[in-house]
Formats: sequence, structure tokens, C-alpha cells
Amino acid sequence: MKKEVLKGNYVVAYAVKQSDIDFIPVYPITPQTSIIEKLADFKAKNEIKADYVPMESEHSVMAACIGASLANARVFTATSGQGLLYMHELLHWASGSRLPIVMSVVNRAVAPGWNIWMDQSDTISQRDTGWIQIYTSNHQEVYDHIIMAYKLAEKINLPVMVILDAFFLSHTISDLIIEDDEKIKKFLPPKKDLPFGIDFNNPRSIGSLSDPSNYMEFRKKIADAFIEAESEIEKIYDEFNIIFNRKYEVYEKYMDHDADYIIVTTGTLFENSMLAADSLRKSGIKTGVLKVRFLRPFIKNNLRNFLKGKKVIVIDRNYSFGKGGVFAEELRSIINEDVYSVIAGLGGRDVPPKTIEQIVIKVIKEKKDFWETNIYV
Amino acid sequence: MYETKMNKGHLACAGCGATIAMGLASGKFPEKSVVVIPASCWSVIGGPLPYRTLNIPSVHTAFACAPAVATGIYYALAKKYKDHRVIVWAGDGSSFDIGLQSLSGALERGIPFTYICYDNEAYMNTGIQRSSATPLYTITTTTPENAFKKENKKNFLEIAIAHNIEYAATATIAFPDDLKKKVEKAVSTKGPSVIHIFSPCPTGQGFKEMESVKISRLAGISGFFPIYEYENEKYKINIEPDFSRLKEYITMQKRFASIDDESLKKIEKIVIQNFNRLKKKSLLSLNN
Repeated sequence: MKKEVLKGNYVVAYAVKQSDIDFIPVYPITPQTSIIEKLADFKAKNEIKADYVPMESEHSVMAACIGASLANARVFTATSGQGLLYMHELLHWASGSRLPIVMSVVNRAVAPGWNIWMDQSDTISQRDTGWIQIYTSNHQEVYDHIIMAYKLAEKINLPVMVILDAFFLSHTISDLIIEDDEKIKKFLPPKKDLPFGIDFNNPRSIGSLSDPSNYMEFRKKIADAFIEAESEIEKIYDEFNIIFNRKYEVYEKYMDHDADYIIVTTGTLFENSMLAADSLRKSGIKTGVLKVRFLRPFIKNNLRNFLKGKKVIVIDRNYSFGKGGVFAEELRSIINEDVYSVIAGLGGRDVPPKTIEQIVIKVIKEKKDFWETNIYV
Repeated sequence: MYETKMNKGHLACAGCGATIAMGLASGKFPEKSVVVIPASCWSVIGGPLPYRTLNIPSVHTAFACAPAVATGIYYALAKKYKDHRVIVWAGDGSSFDIGLQSLSGALERGIPFTYICYDNEAYMNTGIQRSSATPLYTITTTTPENAFKKENKKNFLEIAIAHNIEYAATATIAFPDDLKKKVEKAVSTKGPSVIHIFSPCPTGQGFKEMESVKISRLAGISGFFPIYEYENEKYKINIEPDFSRLKEYITMQKRFASIDDESLKKIEKIVIQNFNRLKKKSLLSLNN
């Protein structure tokens, strides 16, 4: 175990280096590129054994991940924004084939107009592709969740996205603990062969024509795997804690016990929301924060009990046109409490703690959903 | 004995050239082969669950990405085996249109794999829509203006050869020994190799099921689909065409029903022009 000071994207590369990866197909896109550049650097220094293969598009990147995974390789790739959208067809193909692919996605706004900055529209658009989605808030969480993602993916045979905020996390520098290889090996043993993959002794026709008499059964199995994921995540968090002494919860909470208002958010907005809560409490507004880490599966857990009697303010860095903020809508489908949906920080607009304080005060005053468009200088 | 890796029984239409092509070609696939099949007639011919037509591992993929899937499979298997071969088996829609970028990427990477395009000159699986492999004056369901295609067929194999690959060839099911010999060469090439097989479709091209081989033979000997190979930077024409057979070839197929004497002349001109270009390359090869 050692302390390192790294930028977010390098944290991803460090975790990948230690996860015993066989195959890394890549395609550059801002702001993901420094992940694959760092991996190229590791490859040049012979610090990773994985084949590092530049592809001709993100569509081909995910296709190569699928091919290699079917032939029992442990694979990794990373993308962002438009690249993730271009992959969309094959994201379905990866989950439908039940492949334990892990990909890090640096959230980026969707064009037009061209915008490389933080916005969750890219990953939100992939909500129903059958991928586990993990939204991270800080460097240590990124590192730990890449490693845990492989454990989860290989346990339930589903692909996992580990998602970072563009620039606020991908390009900011922080200290974190890098664990010893031996410990990681203990936590993440070598990948086992798929029972349904490419096998010369048992030639299968993989992904072939599935008519109305059996297609639905395959879908149901994926649905069941997502239910299984909920309990597996808890188990993996416990096991991770035993080996590395860091305990994660499905929902991270801050100052929640006596809070009248709970800010619910994701990504780096969680960090800013905690600072806002501290400040709001000084002026007598009892505020707590809840961080949602998983969009899929959206884990009900004891969320209903936890939010009982609270005023819930969801800050979404995304928008589903014709409906609303996606995390707010997800919550509304689970709890009976008043949920106020606030849209903020689209296209990389900064949402500093001061803005979050204003959001809470405005919700208390006006009791309605709104778009917070103020630019705080 | 008929050497093949196809099991008995499949879902193809009667007289399907693509099925005969696989029957012949797969006999020459190495023992440790994986066949990658993008959306195409072979997505159906390969057999619905739980059946399988091929007796080797096969992987069905999305339309545009078979060579990229093959890339992933190649790298993963290369860690365990030295004698495996990944073979993409794709239709003309995938090869000429939607998957061309992916093919170009895989050829540029230079990984050892074989790309076989079985060409029936339109999107036949979805019901005869034009592709960039569809020849001039062909009637399809998506060529509304004058009911036939007004553009020439794309020169697929020359695009592949432009990637500096070692081996490329055309073949038809009417010359099985030639086809098998070429597949054998292709799968033992050190780097990537490409084979372009004319495999006619009675349903989409409009001829009798029993005439698939005859149509294929006429396509080859009339020069409409020139039979040649490209090996170590040398072109070799395998069948010297007899252009006088073009009319017979054209008139046997309903897809060319709108062709009159004038358009036939135009086709002849194009076929001869294309062949002469090839001929020059093969003569240059002889001189070197």
C-alpha cells in the first residue's frame, strides 16, 4: 500500500494495470484520452501484459471487447460522450451476450453544439442497455470501483460502467491509496472461462437467431441477474472492506440524521453538496446529503425508510426531454415524499457549493422544480 | 469425399449460392477456426437456437463490426493457441456498405484473419434492397427511379488489396476446386487475407433454383465477375473471359429485365474496361 497523487484519469489506468487485464482496445476521445494514453505508457514500459490495440471507432472498440470476452479474455476500455453514443448498439450486444466487460466512461455533454464538458446525457442515454452503471465522486472511489467492477461483472456475467465526471474528476489531482498487487490478486482472482464462450471442444453458435419461442427467456435471465447484482454489490463491499479496510455503502450519506432537507445527487456534485450542507446548517437550515452511486440497478434498499418525512431536493446534471431530471424521476418512482427536481450544471457549467446553497434556499421558498442556470463567478 | 464443416440441414432457400459457398469453403478451414458472421443471410442459414449449421464455433455479430469482433477473438485466442484462425463470413451489404470501415481497420492492423465476402449483389436477406455491390441496371426494391440501379458496382477486392495485404482472390461456386484452393491459401496467409465469392441468389436475382451453378459459371466466364487472385503483389487472372457470353448471363435473370440493347452495350463496355484494367495489372505482374 502506498499513497499516490494522481489525476482522475490516471487513477483509472492504475486500477486497470493491477486488474490482470488481457485485452485493451482503444479509441481516443476528449476527455477520456489520458486514460488510454497512460495505459499506452504502461504498455511501453512492459508494466501490463494486455494486448493494447487501437481501433477504428468506438463501435469497433466495443465489438473487439465482445469478441475477446467471448474468447475468455478479461477486457477493459474507456470512452466518453459521442463515443459512448456511437457504441450504443454494441452495449446492448455486450449485455445480451452476458459478457463481464468493464468500461470507464468520462461523462461528457452531447453535441450539438460541441461541448466536451461535464454532463450526464451520454450515460443516461445508455440507461436501458443492460449495463451496471456506477457513478463515482472522488479518486479513491474510482480506483476501488474499477477493481470491484471486475469482481461484480464476472460474478453475474453483466458488463459494468464506472463513470467519472469530465474534468471535475477526470482531470483534477488528488491523493489516494494504491494497494499492493498481492492484495488485489487475493480480492480479484484470475478470470474463469465462460460456460457459454468460444470453445473448440464444444463448438457453439453464439448469438444466433432467437425466435419468439425463446427470446423472452434470455431477457428474463438478464433481469434476474440485475436483481442478483443488488445483493452481490453488498457482498463485494463487505469483502472489499475485509481486505482493504474501506467500507462502501450503496448510498453514501452525509449529515442525514436530523436533516429536514436532503440533497440527492451524483458524481462530484456530492462533494460540493456536502460543503453546501455545512454552510446551510450554519444559517439554521438542517440539510443532509445522499449520494446515488448506482443508476442501474436502481437499488431500493431502505431508501423509502431513509427518506421518510424528509424534503428531497434532487440535483440532476442531465435531462430527459419531455420528462425531467433522471435521478429525480427514479426517486419519485420509489418514495412518496415531495421530490423537488433541479437541473443544474449541464454542459460543464460549474455548480459550486454556493450555487447549491442557493438551490436549497430557492426550493424552500418556491417549492417547485426548476432549472438553475446562474453562472457563479 | 465432400470435405465440409457444415452439419446436415440448414435454413437456406433452395438453390442458395451462399450455402454452397460455405459448404465448399469450410472444408478448408483449419480445425481450430472461429467463424464470425455479421447480420446477413447466414444469420438465418446458421440455424435458429438450439440448432447450428456449422460444426465449428461461430459468433454472430451486429452488422457493421464483424472484423472488429474478429480482432478481439484473435487476440484472446492468440494467448492460448498458435494454430487458430478467425474467419469472417459476411455478405455484400456488410462488406461493401455498413462494415467497410471495420474491415479497413482490421486489414490495416494486419492481424492474421481471413475475410470472406459471399456476394449475392443486394440485401437479399431483407428482401432484395440495393447495396453498393449491386450492378448497374439491376432491379431492386429500393431503386425507385426507373426501377433499376443507376450506379456501378463498387470494386470491393481492389479496396481490400489497397491495404497492402498478402493474399486476395475472387471465386464462384461454379469452380469448386479453384474456390477451395483459394480458401486454403487464404487461411494459411501470415497476415490478413480476403476472398470475394460470387454466390448467386435465385430469389433475389430471379432465376431457377437449379441454375445457381450455371449462373455462377456464366458470371465467371463472361467476365461479369472476373476470377483472379492477388498474391505477393502479383495479379493472376484465373479465367480468361469470353465477353460474348454476357448477353446469355444477363438475359437469364429477371433482375436485369429492364436491360435493352443499348444498356447491354454499356454493360459490355464496363465489363471489358474493368477486365482490361485487371489484365494490365496481371501483365505488369508477369514483367516483374
